[in-house]
Amino acid sequence: MLSQRRLERRPQARPLFDRAIALRAIGDSFKKLDPRWMMRNPVMFIVEVGALVTTLFFARDVLARTPQLGFDFAISAWLWFTVIFANFAEAVAEGRGKAQADTLRRTKSDTLAKRVVGDTVETIASSLLRKGDIVRVEAGEVIPGDGEVSRGAAMVDESAITGESAPVVREAGGDRSAVTGGTRVLSDTIEVRITANPGETFLDRMIGLVEGAQRQKTPNEIALSILLSGLTIVFLIAVATLLPYSIYAGARQTLPVLIALLVCLIPTTIGGLLSAIGIAGMDRVMQRNVLAMSGRAVEAAGDVDTLLLDKTGTITLGNRHATEIITADGVSARDAASCAHLSSVADETPEGRSIVLLAAQAGISTDHPAEATFVPFSAYTRMSGVDLPDGTMIRKGAPDAVIAWVRVAGGEPHADLAAHVERIARAGGTPLLLARNAAVLGVIHLKDILKPNMRERFDRLRAMGIRTVMITGDNPLTAAAIATEAGVDDFLAEATPETKMALIKREQQSGRLVAMTGDGTNDAPALAQADVGVAMNSGTQAAKEAANMVDLDSDPTKLIEIVEIGKQLLMTRGALTTFSIANDVAKYFAILPAMFAAAYPAMGVLNVMHLATPQSAILSAVIFNALVIIALVPLALRGVKYAPKGADAVLRENVLIYGLGGILVPFVGIKLIDMLLSALHLT
Amino acid sequence: MTIIGWLQAIAFFAVVLALTKPLGLYMMRVFGGERTLLSPVLVPVERAIYRLSGVREDEEMSWFVYALCVLAFSLISLVYLYVLLRTQQRLPFNPQHFGNFAPDLAWNTAVSFTTNTNWQFYSGESTMSYLSQMAGPAWHNFVSAAAGIAIAMAVIRGVVRTSAKTLGNFWVDLTRCCLYVLLPISVVVGLFFVWQGVPQNFNAYREVTTVTGVTQTITGGPMASQEVIKELGTNGGGFVNANSASPNENPNPLTDFIELILIFSLGAGLTYTYGRMAGDTRQGWAIFAAMSLLFFAGFAAAYAAEAAGNPLVHRLGVLGANLEGKEVRFGAAASALFATVTTDTSCGAVNAMHDSFTALGGLVPLVNMQLGEIVFGGVGSGLYGMIVFVVLTVFIAGLMVGRTPELLGKKIERREVQFAILAILVTPILVLVPTAIASVTPAGLATLNNAGPHGFSEILYAFSSTNANNGSAFAGLGPNLFYNVATGINMLFGRFAVIVPVLALAGALAGKRAVAQNVGTFTTNSGIFVALLLGTILIVGALTFLPADALGPIVEHLLVLQGKTF
Repeated sequence: MLSQRRLERRPQARPLFDRAIALRAIGDSFKKLDPRWMMRNPVMFIVEVGALVTTLFFARDVLARTPQLGFDFAISAWLWFTVIFANFAEAVAEGRGKAQADTLRRTKSDTLAKRVVGDTVETIASSLLRKGDIVRVEAGEVIPGDGEVSRGAAMVDESAITGESAPVVREAGGDRSAVTGGTRVLSDTIEVRITANPGETFLDRMIGLVEGAQRQKTPNEIALSILLSGLTIVFLIAVATLLPYSIYAGARQTLPVLIALLVCLIPTTIGGLLSAIGIAGMDRVMQRNVLAMSGRAVEAAGDVDTLLLDKTGTITLGNRHATEIITADGVSARDAASCAHLSSVADETPEGRSIVLLAAQAGISTDHPAEATFVPFSAYTRMSGVDLPDGTMIRKGAPDAVIAWVRVAGGEPHADLAAHVERIARAGGTPLLLARNAAVLGVIHLKDILKPNMRERFDRLRAMGIRTVMITGDNPLTAAAIATEAGVDDFLAEATPETKMALIKREQQSGRLVAMTGDGTNDAPALAQADVGVAMNSGTQAAKEAANMVDLDSDPTKLIEIVEIGKQLLMTRGALTTFSIANDVAKYFAILPAMFAAAYPAMGVLNVMHLATPQSAILSAVIFNALVIIALVPLALRGVKYAPKGADAVLRENVLIYGLGGILVPFVGIKLIDMLLSALHLT
Repeated sequence: MTIIGWLQAIAFFAVVLALTKPLGLYMMRVFGGERTLLSPVLVPVERAIYRLSGVREDEEMSWFVYALCVLAFSLISLVYLYVLLRTQQRLPFNPQHFGNFAPDLAWNTAVSFTTNTNWQFYSGESTMSYLSQMAGPAWHNFVSAAAGIAIAMAVIRGVVRTSAKTLGNFWVDLTRCCLYVLLPISVVVGLFFVWQGVPQNFNAYREVTTVTGVTQTITGGPMASQEVIKELGTNGGGFVNANSASPNENPNPLTDFIELILIFSLGAGLTYTYGRMAGDTRQGWAIFAAMSLLFFAGFAAAYAAEAAGNPLVHRLGVLGANLEGKEVRFGAAASALFATVTTDTSCGAVNAMHDSFTALGGLVPLVNMQLGEIVFGGVGSGLYGMIVFVVLTVFIAGLMVGRTPELLGKKIERREVQFAILAILVTPILVLVPTAIASVTPAGLATLNNAGPHGFSEILYAFSSTNANNGSAFAGLGPNLFYNVATGINMLFGRFAVIVPVLALAGALAGKRAVAQNVGTFTTNSGIFVALLLGTILIVGALTFLPADALGPIVEHLLVLQGKTF
């Protein structure tokens, strides 16, 4: 089963450090040394200025042949490494997106388009297509641009965009009409109305997004940058004033030593990795084949309180099966089955097909009568059926809708049917009333099939504090039964676009952030209103434009993963900030005693790590500070370990690892580096 | 250290703890305009004040207007005291015929009392007339304290209100604080002090011949009335230079004990007010717990250092605690306790000479002030200072649970972080930069009492104390034009450069909607939050000052161990 296979599919395994990406990133990390670029990141800009100043001191040392030549060289070299390592982290994160963009760009190679003008077809370059043009695409050809199928239906291979090899059906009208430029038609011929000018197509936007060209700092990233800049100013003051203090103490400090202390104290670890974390978060979403229109959307996903999940396709497998037809008093089973068949023979929904199958088992088989009009299901009428040429109207649909319809025609349903409707609904099935003109003929029992493992997923969400609300067009009884069986927290039955919208607004008014998935055009307003709206790629253009994410696999369950990625992104930032700040304790203990060892030998007591010499102590702290950035690049790209738990449990764990660890690790690290430096007689 | 010594601290803390809820509840009612026990008497007075001054009781202010009112009120107070001190010679109630203050000293003193600092570069008993004492320092002791509490109330409202534009009315908060909170307590405890022997008169000083045949001047004046508000409003400015070490201001261990309680009580009570107004008293108790832990840590360190004494003195055969500069009637424990309490808050009253503490004993007051006095703190300022740290902790640690950090459901975003950081920046700038200037300029070095690290500590202490609006001194440092002007500027910015961003922070929070809380929400009322808050305070607040402290008290301590003094 296709949808089930998608559910199981793990994200594409791309190694963290691809050789080509790493090589390109090394080059980029030098290019990013440009001060105009570095200014965007105040913390690392300070490090770069420090590196430059120490380099000048080294140059002076060379000319004057001063004894601290070696020390100044080592400090300046490691400060440059610190900047380059941070740039490398960002470059690797960006490189992963760029690699993906390159793959996409290859599918974008200029194709020819067959434009339909009146009755004639002319062949032009796809780059000349404009919004509103109609193009014809035949089997084996590439669709030249984004658009909607205006005529026909075809199997389309969308693997270039989605990475999913199974072809999908695209047809005129309805919610499966959108096609994407760069995908290939496998069978049949369709006509497509182009909906995007060249350069503005989905593929173009996608390339822009994965490349990070349109990347803007997210709100939380900005707030964190302000905090980091503030801390940098605090430490800048602490270190700058240390110069006069040291003069008072008769132990004047050199600028390279003060710069070394400054760089160790300012939050370089998080400052250097901050943008990489954000880019990598977007990338992780992308690897699950979800296209986030902005980093803001991914961040918002972490804050989501309420998930609105469509029952069909998310909680249950799309196909409900008709299992029995219960007839009303005085209606023959054959008559009912025959009407059920007639009403469904043109109905391509899985439910419709299953009714045809059920009727066939009862020995009924008729073709769609000529000149009969099929009445498709709509979210407003909640019925479908057929109008026969002789004036007979057959409807099947939600009981209340059908009853209302029958009453309009002057009929009244049998009371005993109500009991059947209720029984089916209680059991979690979907009762469909079948009516002909003013008479209700019976009840069709549709059975829902729950997707496997959904209950565990909802339990996980609940542990994270997220409420799940099932959205369904079913009546309240059916909805309640399925909701209980699936383990969701709440449900919205007999949902219409309006009630769905109202639910979202209600949730938001009580201070909750809402995420939802949708694909139809009538989902568009709700998708826009929701804080996180994920449109299915198979959905309409309107839905995709209203949403802030598009799931290329059209798998609604993925919303859950997106929320997890959002949370992981924020956690990674918090963890590395905490780690970075906690590191300062050890660095003080390494550098301060070293600075004043000559003037106040008594300060040696504070040298708790017993570092060999003042110079090796300072150098070890600087080296540790640089290496820790590189060491944490994989963590920044992958995100911290994530488990669905309550906030208190998560916090306790992360505080222990990144807070307490942040205090202890540098003591060990600096000591080890110092031992190594001493062993190699480098200081 | 002795058990008796520790029992003093524990008994003191137990009383503070017992007072926290009733005082907090009372303040909540007062500032909420609800009826209290004193309403029948005071409501007519309150109404009369509003009628006379044209204040509309129910008219609320935005954070900006509130801040403007605070600034305007403070500016007028400042000018008023300056003029008073410059003209006291010709004004009544001046039996000692003291002359006018010099301009720079008058500026320093006016700023000092306006900002609730009570840094004193003058000796009250030899420079200030009774009128100046009563209409100057004593009056400021009420209103500057009331202003602090009013701001704290505005900040609490900002944190707990949702989608609101206003934070309350400054004039109403100020009036209610003076009328319902400060005055009643001052009257009752003032009478108690008179009973215990604190002078309260308008007599000229008396010359007496002591048993040993020496003449001694016994000061008088309206002392008891000023003594209560000095502690209750965490002001700290003594009527006499010796402050609470003088037997006139602080006659016996009982008054000492009461003075300590006065210093902590309102600050402690406000934590409860906060919790109650937040609709979750545990929010307040979490802050109370963090404050208590810092208090006990400070006391333990100071008491241990003082009780251990000075190794150099021990070598001379005089064993025991360090009693230099201490009143023998209080001893090491009560002195260490007073020093800790007075710097945990912005009080600055002293019952011993901090300059004579051991190096590590002196480090405790220094660190307390550098943290921004957030351990119960200055009345009002302690709570709002702590709330800034709470916001920072929520932002840094809150991210680790995978949600945009929230405080009581309000998302901490760009603007909140911005204002919190602005408030945090004030202390390092105002403590470290002037200390740096003073430590390398002749003017800064001219009036030092000691050389080496101890001299450095004196400078650092002066700027830590004035920035934090504490007012206690490492008395070694003498006044000169440089210090009069520099500490004046420091006090002014130390108070108002924090108040403005803090009110802006409150305004930003008030305007926010509260998001729903669930098990995925970072809680700010748990033990782990208290631990994180302490971690943030120590790493963000204290580590900044480690280099400076290392070159002052820490290295001095290490050198004393080696037998060197300065």
